[in-house]
Amino acid sequence: MGVLTNRFQDSVLFTTSDNIINWSRKSSLWPQTFGIACCAIEMISAGCARYDLDRFGVVFRPSPRQSDVMIVAGTVTRKMAPIVRRLYDQMAEPRYVIAMGTCAISGGVYNTYAVVQGVDCIIPVDIHVAGCPPRPEALLHGFLQLQEKITGTRVLRAEPDTLPSPEGA
Amino acid sequence: MPIDFLPVFLMVAVVVALSVFILTLSRLIRPDNPYPEKNRPYECGVDHVGEASGGLFKVQYFVIAILFVVFDVETMFLFPWAVVLSDLGLFGYIEMFVFIALLLVGFAYAWIKGALEWVS
Amino acid sequence: MAEAVPLAGVLGRFGSKVTLDESAADMPCLWVPPEALTELCLFLRDSADLQFNFLSDICGVDFHPEEPRFLLVYHLASIPNHWRLRLKCRLGDPPVAPTVTPVWTTANWHERETYDMYGIHFDGHPDLRRIYMWDGFDGFPMRRDFPLRGYKDEMNPLGATRRDDGGRA
Repeated sequence: MGVLTNRFQDSVLFTTSDNIINWSRKSSLWPQTFGIACCAIEMISAGCARYDLDRFGVVFRPSPRQSDVMIVAGTVTRKMAPIVRRLYDQMAEPRYVIAMGTCAISGGVYNTYAVVQGVDCIIPVDIHVAGCPPRPEALLHGFLQLQEKITGTRVLRAEPDTLPSPEGA
Repeated sequence: MPIDFLPVFLMVAVVVALSVFILTLSRLIRPDNPYPEKNRPYECGVDHVGEASGGLFKVQYFVIAILFVVFDVETMFLFPWAVVLSDLGLFGYIEMFVFIALLLVGFAYAWIKGALEWVS
Repeated sequence: MAEAVPLAGVLGRFGSKVTLDESAADMPCLWVPPEALTELCLFLRDSADLQFNFLSDICGVDFHPEEPRFLLVYHLASIPNHWRLRLKCRLGDPPVAPTVTPVWTTANWHERETYDMYGIHFDGHPDLRRIYMWDGFDGFPMRRDFPLRGYKDEMNPLGATRRDDGGRA
């Protein structure tokens, strides 16, 4: 990781810095347009005029190199699985994954030989948005939950028990 | 007269300082975690086909272009020198040959090091 | 359709090898042995009064544990005459049939699909490889002894465990 990450105690300077860094990261979550199946339609309509995602700073990017979050929208077949894995690998950190729809969460209705039973068999998932397909408002709620998850992240501050304690404490 | 350029220099200094500050801060804070799958070139998640599939471009094109620029600038200096050579006399004549000799040392270095080889 | 398909010429020419299927309900159906298949298809396509110039579908059926195990079904259509015809071909285990790719080019991918799903091998096919499943896939999914949920691995935790007695194809 970076030179300064997870290095400092909780103090007013570093909690404020972490708040600023987390605010900037969560306010401009750029997803990859990775719609595989029917959930992609709901993702598209979440990005369009009525359920606007752009007001949350969410701008869809075509390439994993330029994106922060990957929305796995749709059924992941086993033929597609190595591609999903490679696209996740090609994203730069900090990166997040939203599993949208029941097929991405657990294989959905398709408990068969050709469907990956949940995309978290391949990549680590941060937010699950349930539905078949989930309504655009549900995807918006998923983004807001992801923003809440990012809010508490420790960037400059270390975990409380990992720093050596000062003498006498 | 040079004092009139003070605002320009100040602006250049501010721009440079700001860029250096932002880039340094980003470098200190951002995560750095390269691994082989992450560094592979991007082609929609599949393996490469086509002209860029080796992932390698002939670097000789770049080397030849840089050497061309250097010697082209040298040639550019030769033109005005040739025009005023009669005013410069013998001293100017010898001086230009010193200049060309210095650049020839660089050329010889590039040649011996294999920078001009087309097939690597 | 209102007019019946004139199959008398076909039956007369191929004699005892090709028989009419009495149980056919929606379209006329012929039983064909695999050795007469290519010749019959060429005759059906080229004959002036039949003109079955469109191969609609090739599919298979698995009757495990009945013998002979496999059934290969062709659906033909005559576009000028608006007729439809079905050909059925009973195959044993392991199933081998001649290819009809020289007769109708579209049979190329239909036969690849039948091979991928049932394991029916087509002699003389120019490019017989899997079309749905990936190249290293082990098994033929539409056979009756292949478990619906597939075999268990890291992407499919709910699959069946592999048996050594050849539970897979």
